[in-house]
Amino acid sequence: MTNETQKILTTDGIPLEISLKKAEKKNKIKAFLLVAPLLLFLIITYIFPIGEMFTRSIDDRMVTNMLPKTFKAMETWDGKELPPEEVYAAFLSDYRALAEKKVHGKLGQRLNKEKNGFNTILKKLWRKMKKFEDGNAKEQIMEVHKRFRDVKYWQAIKRTAPPYTMGKYLKGMDMYYDEDGKVTQVEKDRRIHRILWLRTLEIAVVVTILCFLMGYPIAHLLAVLPMKYSNLLMICVLLPFWTSLLVRTASWMILLQQQGIVNDFFVMIGLVADDNRPEMMYNKTGTYIAMTQILLPFMVLPLYSVMKTISPSLMRAGKSLGGTPFVAFWKVYFPLTIPGIGAGCLLVFILAIGYYITPALVGGASGTLISNQIAYHMKETLDWSFASAMGLMLLTGVLAVYWVYNKLVGIDNIKLG
Amino acid sequence: MALPKYTETRYRIWHYLYLSICGFVFFFLIAPLFVIFPLSFNAEEFLVFSEGMKRLDPDAFSLRWYEDMIYGTKNPWGLAAKNSFIIAIFATIGAVILGTVAALGLSSRHMPYKGLIMATLISPMIVPLIISGVAIFFFIAKIGLAATHLGIIIAHIILGTPFVVITVTATLSGFDHSVTRAASSLGSNPVNTFMKITLPLILPGVISGALFAFVTSFDEVVVVLFLAGLDNTTIPIQMWTGLREQLSPTILAVATCLIILSTLILVTAELLRRRSERLRGINR
Repeated sequence: MTNETQKILTTDGIPLEISLKKAEKKNKIKAFLLVAPLLLFLIITYIFPIGEMFTRSIDDRMVTNMLPKTFKAMETWDGKELPPEEVYAAFLSDYRALAEKKVHGKLGQRLNKEKNGFNTILKKLWRKMKKFEDGNAKEQIMEVHKRFRDVKYWQAIKRTAPPYTMGKYLKGMDMYYDEDGKVTQVEKDRRIHRILWLRTLEIAVVVTILCFLMGYPIAHLLAVLPMKYSNLLMICVLLPFWTSLLVRTASWMILLQQQGIVNDFFVMIGLVADDNRPEMMYNKTGTYIAMTQILLPFMVLPLYSVMKTISPSLMRAGKSLGGTPFVAFWKVYFPLTIPGIGAGCLLVFILAIGYYITPALVGGASGTLISNQIAYHMKETLDWSFASAMGLMLLTGVLAVYWVYNKLVGIDNIKLG
Repeated sequence: MALPKYTETRYRIWHYLYLSICGFVFFFLIAPLFVIFPLSFNAEEFLVFSEGMKRLDPDAFSLRWYEDMIYGTKNPWGLAAKNSFIIAIFATIGAVILGTVAALGLSSRHMPYKGLIMATLISPMIVPLIISGVAIFFFIAKIGLAATHLGIIIAHIILGTPFVVITVTATLSGFDHSVTRAASSLGSNPVNTFMKITLPLILPGVISGALFAFVTSFDEVVVVLFLAGLDNTTIPIQMWTGLREQLSPTILAVATCLIILSTLILVTAELLRRRSERLRGINR
């Protein structure tokens, strides 16, 4: 049969099959060329830089580049006893070169992270080494401070030799490499990052649940009301959606302050005493309230677009077959809205987990989340590799959520109202 | 939503409870925006309703914070507004051009690897903003555009294109491709076909994508905080600084202006959406 189809020729005498394939290929290229500019733009400006975050987060070549001769000399050292004379000599020569370029301070700071007390002895070495005589570096260096006679400090230098490290990731989870290179937990009272991760997760989960509880009823109402009423009510959802995030945060700051309207109202109805107004801002309560209001439209819009497509006759059928309204709702209506619930919860959760403007303004001390920490290291400490590591850890978490969502509901259900 | 006469009492109670819950949620959504209006006309410096305001005394209201916003000494708002508009307008133009062209390719049924490419194109929307911010900052700093308008515009094009891609592909999903084929068979070249046939039909989608891109840029603070220098301060940055230091009534005056702006955008977007639905209805 295939022979027969091949015999069909176009007017140019080319078999139709080949001609069609050619046209198909041409169309593919045409479509791809249309997408290419944006794709290329995003790959260069966005996808590559995210990859660069990864290399930056594991990059540990600073000491390697600063002490090239030392590491060369250390190759033959077994690392158990004090290194031989060549290592000391190489170290002295590397350190002198750094001191000439006036960057020796950086080495001290970096090595101090590896082994406490390094910075002090390096500074002392810097002062003393001007008077050093040629040769016999080992003895002269060991004279500077007794710590230079301690093998642990030399082991610390050797540990920084690999050009890549997972140290920043461990730091993000409050762990570090100890002196033997084993992964160790930070002392209990200094585990700040784990608190931040848990707090970020907690706020994202609670806000998602609150948004769902508040968004579901009104999305349903919007979907079942006649057009002329629902259009009017839709404004209540869309106006906040289009309004600046900072404007909405500002209005919550006014409402929730101690002399604010919400507290006035509570005093008026006698819920609290005038001199005992509760703090509703600069704590988690404020964060929950403000973030729920700000993210609620992102829950309502996908829910609404799904509910709009559910025919009311299904509920009527459920009821006429003997179900009470509650049973009909639970068995018929609710399962049909699951794609909307999934999309809404995913959107709100992802937005909430990366949020920091609102929590930083209304959350007080408890408003510090992972994102704040990333911004802090980007802008203040300039520890960009740590910021990158934390960002990528957050991204991994978010991608995991997407993956689960895709397995459960399917990613194609996301809509923009 | 009137209930039938035979409804049992418990369902009747449930129904009214449900309606009042909905009422509360709608109130919760919209009321905070209206607090700002009256307080921005406060004659005093405090951010609470004064006794005079509660009595509706005309002397308790004034326009002094609006005057301060426009004419105040060392006033940052004029420059910030100018920067915000320049950045948002150019970012919108860039996002709309790149996004619309890409959406045309994406909605072609010949497009290979559609899922993967779509995921890449909308990734700036689904990755948490702080991560995008770090990545974009590294890129902009590397090409030496940190603290320039151009750098911020590029950043906002990245963040705005996903919205354009999504809205335009949605519009194109109801698009009848036989009209463009008809145009080509009548001798029109592709560019002419696009300008005369396709663009007018998908214009509602393009404009609503543009509105999204504009608002994204105009309201964006996370990435700008990384990128902006003293000369490229924008309205969101000024609001952020102001809110962190001290909530002044001038901020409320600015906020009122922003709410008016967003109302205008909302009305435009809604009108466009309805027009688009009508057009697609005709196509079917």
